Amino acid sequence: MRRLPANFLLGAVLVSLVVGIAALSLVWTPHDPQTMSIPTKFASPSAIHWLGTDQLGRDVVAQLMAAARNSMTVALVAVLLGGSIGVALGLLASALGGWVEDGVMRLADLGFAFPALLFAIMLAAVFGPSLTNAVLAISFINIPIFARVTRASANQIWTRDYVAAARAAGRGRFAISRDHILPNIAAAIIVQATIEFAVAILAEAALSYLGLGAQPPASSWGRMLSEAQTLMYLAPQLAIYPGLCIVTAVLGFGLLGDGLRDITDPRLARAR
Amino acid sequence: MIELANLSAHFGDAAALRDVTLTIQRGDQLGIVGESGSGKTLLALCLMGMASDSAHLTGRLSIDGRDMARASERDWQQLRSRRVAMVFQEPMAALNPLRRVGDTVMEPMLLHEGLSRGEARKRALSLFEEVGIPNPDQRLRQFPHEMSGGQRQRVLIALALACNPALLIADEPTTALDANVALRITDLLQRLAREREMALVFISHDLAAVARATDDIVVMYAGDMVERGPTAEVLNAPAHPYTKGLLGARPDPGVAVRDVKGKRRRLPTIPGAVPPLHALPQGCRFSGRCPVELPCCAAQRPVFSQTDQARGAACHLLTERRDD
Amino acid sequence: MAYFLFRRTLGFVLTLLAVSVVVFAVMNVLPGDPALTILGMDASDDALAALREQLGLNAPLVTRYFSWVWNALQGDFGLSHSFRVPVSELIAERLPMTISLAVAGMLVTLVLALSLGITAAAQHRRAGDWGVMFLSQLGIAVPAFWLSILLVMLFAVKLRWLPPGGFAGWSDPVAAIRSLILPTVALALVQSAVLARVTRSSALEVMRQDFVRTARASGLSQRRVLWRHVLPNALVPIVTIVGMQFAALVTGTIVIENVFYLPGLGRLIFQSIANRDLPTVQALVMLFAAIVVTANFVVDLLYVVIDPRLKART
Repeated sequence: MRRLPANFLLGAVLVSLVVGIAALSLVWTPHDPQTMSIPTKFASPSAIHWLGTDQLGRDVVAQLMAAARNSMTVALVAVLLGGSIGVALGLLASALGGWVEDGVMRLADLGFAFPALLFAIMLAAVFGPSLTNAVLAISFINIPIFARVTRASANQIWTRDYVAAARAAGRGRFAISRDHILPNIAAAIIVQATIEFAVAILAEAALSYLGLGAQPPASSWGRMLSEAQTLMYLAPQLAIYPGLCIVTAVLGFGLLGDGLRDITDPRLARAR
Repeated sequence: MIELANLSAHFGDAAALRDVTLTIQRGDQLGIVGESGSGKTLLALCLMGMASDSAHLTGRLSIDGRDMARASERDWQQLRSRRVAMVFQEPMAALNPLRRVGDTVMEPMLLHEGLSRGEARKRALSLFEEVGIPNPDQRLRQFPHEMSGGQRQRVLIALALACNPALLIADEPTTALDANVALRITDLLQRLAREREMALVFISHDLAAVARATDDIVVMYAGDMVERGPTAEVLNAPAHPYTKGLLGARPDPGVAVRDVKGKRRRLPTIPGAVPPLHALPQGCRFSGRCPVELPCCAAQRPVFSQTDQARGAACHLLTERRDD
Repeated sequence: MAYFLFRRTLGFVLTLLAVSVVVFAVMNVLPGDPALTILGMDASDDALAALREQLGLNAPLVTRYFSWVWNALQGDFGLSHSFRVPVSELIAERLPMTISLAVAGMLVTLVLALSLGITAAAQHRRAGDWGVMFLSQLGIAVPAFWLSILLVMLFAVKLRWLPPGGFAGWSDPVAAIRSLILPTVALALVQSAVLARVTRSSALEVMRQDFVRTARASGLSQRRVLWRHVLPNALVPIVTIVGMQFAALVTGTIVIENVFYLPGLGRLIFQSIANRDLPTVQALVMLFAAIVVTANFVVDLLYVVIDPRLKART
């Protein structure tokens, strides 16, 4: 076993930290994240409130933990939803080729014209801002990304001998896609998913900051920052913690993705 | 003009170049031959101050009386192109693909000699004529991908001559070219050196080309200088077993030289290859592949000794024989 | 060459059309009745009917789509529901702000990313390289809006060197530039993180090529070799990323304008969402998407300018 790359290890540590805290918040937070207590607003860090309280006296640590959970959930749903549609489209394009492939790839190109924010803006204008719309918008931008990666990797597998053998044995294109193509491109897809997870966390934070994502009273790092911005003169510390959380989470998943690619790519490269 | 005394280059503990001692005077035409891995390209790069950062140089490398072995990159930049210039092996890749070849050739003139664009253009035109590029006016405006390999090699020679260097190093200048073109490039280099009274170091594993272009020859093996002397004498009567091996086990080595007029001839192979740096034998580096080994060969490094006024070699056979 | 240009231009026009279909569909088909979306549930039937008439909603969808595109091509994006002026007027009024920010951001990004990337490549595996790589990894993870808040807290609130936000127009150039500094820096720092990495790896690739050795052998200084020989050859992947970053730049300006309360298109789009001003949102989304598509088209054309070999091949 080769030594694991440093980015993978650091990424794994950061990701475990964030995911661990998010999971912990399901069963335990130091206080209820939503309970207000005006008399103790803007409290300094203490044994009771480790990082103090906000303008409504809510416990900052509890809110950060709840926000971690929301952030992970949004990213997970968005990457799973957009990713599975994208992977399905990519497999389809690769299996059928011809005009189907061209069509899917043109659609993917089209998808790249819409950053998540533009899509979220459209949905918010029509349906009003909500976390669901944010998730949909982030899922949507994942579709073309995964479709491209899947098609590119799948096209390589289709040229392999064992695929030719399976086709000679009379197996259908969809059965081959499921049994031979998908397992062999799983590594590339997982790498992409890890990186897109980081992108999704960043996107959710930005959308929530802009008011297009999580709505009050739901906790979100982005929303905490937009509230903190108005209190910059009163309680600058409130603008620090959520940002650090975002950076930790995004850095963690980004490094983990890079590390996974470093681990899986040489093998893929040799197999090619 | 250029003097090397015990010049060595180490990568970590391994010596990739050992105790090279030679002088190059104005008008000298010196060939350096050896298999790949013999250190000939590294030697050329040392003369340009372009051996890699991880190479540690010891000994003396003096150019115009100034020791450059540990000179800074900045000092070397002053010498390159103006005193020493080099033509590389791969003409296809050695030119910036995004620049018109005229701009490439004029660049050192503008930078080093402060010529105006007009003057530089004039000189580039005459250089193109000198190296035998037809329609120089038109060619100056072309991109490398619009030219053949031979033409590009001529452009590279023109670039090397841009600031009238005193020494031109040609590292395997013909290897990537087809036989006819190679022959003409060899002749061109030889003629340029003669006409310009410029020193030429011609590196090749093509003995025929070296025989054609040079007066003196240095044979390198695994970073050691194993034989040196006038080209014709060395090729006709090689003293070192490695040189003999390079020439092939021919009864009359003269045949090899005369081969020149006809097709270019690859070196006849010596069994095996130059061992990698970290796996070199203790004593004579050729031991193990040498057909005539003495007991001392594996243990003791042979000393480079003169056999007569002009010639010398590093081999136990020579010293042993004299001791008898 | 002509065929290449023709194909690319055709592809560009088709993509723009497809984008317009998507925007139109999302904004007009999804809501069911846009008039209801705009006026809300408790609007009177008369008001709804009047608005439907004004928005031309009584015509069939296809007709509405074509008249929207046709009018948009002539610079007519309809009437803003909330501002009661033509959308084109609103855009004309806010566009200079957004363009100033985007152009300044892009310029600073290019300068920063190219110098950092080239420096890192020149310092390969040494301290400078590690430093740049670390900073860029961090830059990718830092959200632009948080960086903006931090910059405001430091330079506006604490040090009081620069204004915390707002923009009073170009009539006072010094004040205008002062209020653009923080937004530009926030935009550029985040953008250049990715670009510096691409520049570095692309430059490293080029530095391995033979012509770089030729350039060194000609006695050129390391600086000149890097900037005049390596960089131009490293530019193709860099330009690709710059093109793709236009999407991020558009997003970035929208976000940054909202952080710093800059009266540009990004701010306008949010005011319009709050006002349920569908025609304005539709026009702005189309405009932003068109900018992204156009940037990618321009990048395709730039390749040919950068690399003379492509001109011969295409």
